[in-house]
Amino acid sequence: MEAKVKTTSTTYRGAVRQAIRQALLDDERVFIMGEDVGMYGGCFAVTKGLIDEFGPDRVRDTPLSESSFVGAGIGAALTGMRPIVEIMTVNFSMLALDQILNTAATLLHMSGGQFNVPLVIRTTSGGGKQLAAQHSHALEGWYAHIPGIKVLSPATMEDAYGMLKPALEDPDPVFIFENSLLYNSTGELLSHPESVDIDKAKIRREGRDITIITYSISLLKSLEAAKELAKEGIEVEVIDLRTLRPLDDDTYLQSIAKTHRALIVDEGWRSGSISSEIATRIMENAFYELDWPVQRICREEVPIPYAKHLEEAALPQTKQIIEKVKEMVNAHG
Amino acid sequence: MTASKKTKTNKEKKRTPGKANGSIDKERARDLYRMMLLIRNFENKSAELYTQEKIRGFLHLYNGEEAVAVGTIPHLSEEDNLVGTYREHAHALTRGISAGSIMAEMYGKQEGCSRGRGGSMHLFDKKTNFYGGNAIVGGGFPLAVGLALGDVMQGKDNITCCFFGEGAVAEGEFHESMNLASLWKLPLIFICENNLYAMGTALGRSEAVTDISRKLDSYNIKADWVDGMDVLAVDKAMTEAVKYVREFRKPYFLEARTYRFRAHSMFDAELYREKKEVEEWKKKDPLVLFYKRMKKQGLLTEKDKEKIAMEVDMIVKEAVEFAEQGTWEPVEDLTRFVYSEPEEGE
Repeated sequence: MEAKVKTTSTTYRGAVRQAIRQALLDDERVFIMGEDVGMYGGCFAVTKGLIDEFGPDRVRDTPLSESSFVGAGIGAALTGMRPIVEIMTVNFSMLALDQILNTAATLLHMSGGQFNVPLVIRTTSGGGKQLAAQHSHALEGWYAHIPGIKVLSPATMEDAYGMLKPALEDPDPVFIFENSLLYNSTGELLSHPESVDIDKAKIRREGRDITIITYSISLLKSLEAAKELAKEGIEVEVIDLRTLRPLDDDTYLQSIAKTHRALIVDEGWRSGSISSEIATRIMENAFYELDWPVQRICREEVPIPYAKHLEEAALPQTKQIIEKVKEMVNAHG
Repeated sequence: MTASKKTKTNKEKKRTPGKANGSIDKERARDLYRMMLLIRNFENKSAELYTQEKIRGFLHLYNGEEAVAVGTIPHLSEEDNLVGTYREHAHALTRGISAGSIMAEMYGKQEGCSRGRGGSMHLFDKKTNFYGGNAIVGGGFPLAVGLALGDVMQGKDNITCCFFGEGAVAEGEFHESMNLASLWKLPLIFICENNLYAMGTALGRSEAVTDISRKLDSYNIKADWVDGMDVLAVDKAMTEAVKYVREFRKPYFLEARTYRFRAHSMFDAELYREKKEVEEWKKKDPLVLFYKRMKKQGLLTEKDKEKIAMEVDMIVKEAVEFAEQGTWEPVEDLTRFVYSEPEEGE
């Protein structure tokens, strides 16, 4: 009989905060900086209280200078520090894109292997809060286009906690995307939580009829859909990619070899996206396993509108997933 | 410590001690002249090799600006950090990166200081804390801020020296980084190589306030400017800068007013400036001026000049030979250095 594992209930926000606090306690090279991470306690209250415990040097408020504080993180990492740079939202990361793409992602290569950049960038991503076009981007997949960085997308309590440590231990830049709608979600976390393996995707629900490949908040919607579909006898296998770069191809390819149908649910835009990439890899590696063409549910290709009904229509929804799965499993080629 | 005592045994870090204008001696006069001539001849040779298609990509030459690198960089200790620009052959040579490994880099050979992955614009060297070689104008500012921040947080007393052209002053990162450097009291020396043209755009056509060092008032950063054609003036100004930063642990800004004799890059037809203007500036050639002055003071002789020219020719010749004999990295290694490789035994 399995021993009962002790857990505590927490929020996603609490899990991220606990991970940051533990990192600050464990390694004096670690510090966090960004806009309002200190006195304000973090725009999403993730770093609340940390400045009191660790002081303003290690929980460092920055001016609104995304490019320079991301670049400062790169420089500090090069001297031996282990910075966690918080960019308030992915939308503002556009202002730091030069440092991310032209320096962090390229420095190791263009220096012929001399200068690796052990930098962690955390940011929030995603729509669904009626914040309109400039505050609703989901650009995880877009960042995954860039060789030289790693892109993590924690959707569960264990990943919200467990991805930070391996990210900090990584010798190269790691970008962690937290969907801000997840911060209030609750769940169980081990009383002594552990690091997770960031190299592997995870099967979050097993099934035989179809594979859904997804990540972040779309994972929750997909699991909800799978639960509903199970009532009608449709067994969906749900795969949480977790890491968008490098992609763990084996996990979803093995699943497709079992289910022979694949649906990708991606909150990013459709064209030139991580969903296009995965669909292509399926074509390249598992074409003859497929009983039906790969399908996708993505964000509509519009800037996100403010009005609630329009925003809902623009983002992938559980109902859409249910309908698409039914269509796919009932179809016969 | 004096110039003649810059022995290898002394652990004092300065390679060529910063000495005020007027107190120069023979050895130091030879050192400064030799380094400027090495830069000049190394780059003239590079231009020649470019036309022979031995070197490709972009090649930005420093001719005319030699006094800036040579007057400043020797003041840094071995532990100090240096962030250069894409016109950085002079920064690299003065910092002590071998001429051979720089030339090999421009040939694209794996013996190059960046294994041939960087080329002319991306010279790197971990041993001398030489952080490039940055080809995004203004991109070096945040990096320099971070190097200084990291050092301060670890209790290291290093200085970070950041070079950039006056064109970079128009970038948003200039504003952000000056503010951060001052706000966080970071030991940084910003050296603005003002050669009057951002590629082909004259300073007056790109900046509302052309007196660059004046801008630093608004960041509460101490700033000065110097005649960048006069190596001793630069040397003196840098002495002040280093003294200030080491003592007060605050940033310092030095604008060196200089001029680029050659085109911006090998693709530049120079439509934006008069030949006459270039000729006028060439009268202020830092090598010619310095030699004349030293000769007058009896610190350099015609014989010294000839001897140094021979030494420099030999270094350049050997650098070219080293690059010619260099090898190409196997294509199978193409995807290396995108991510760090596991250490041996892992």
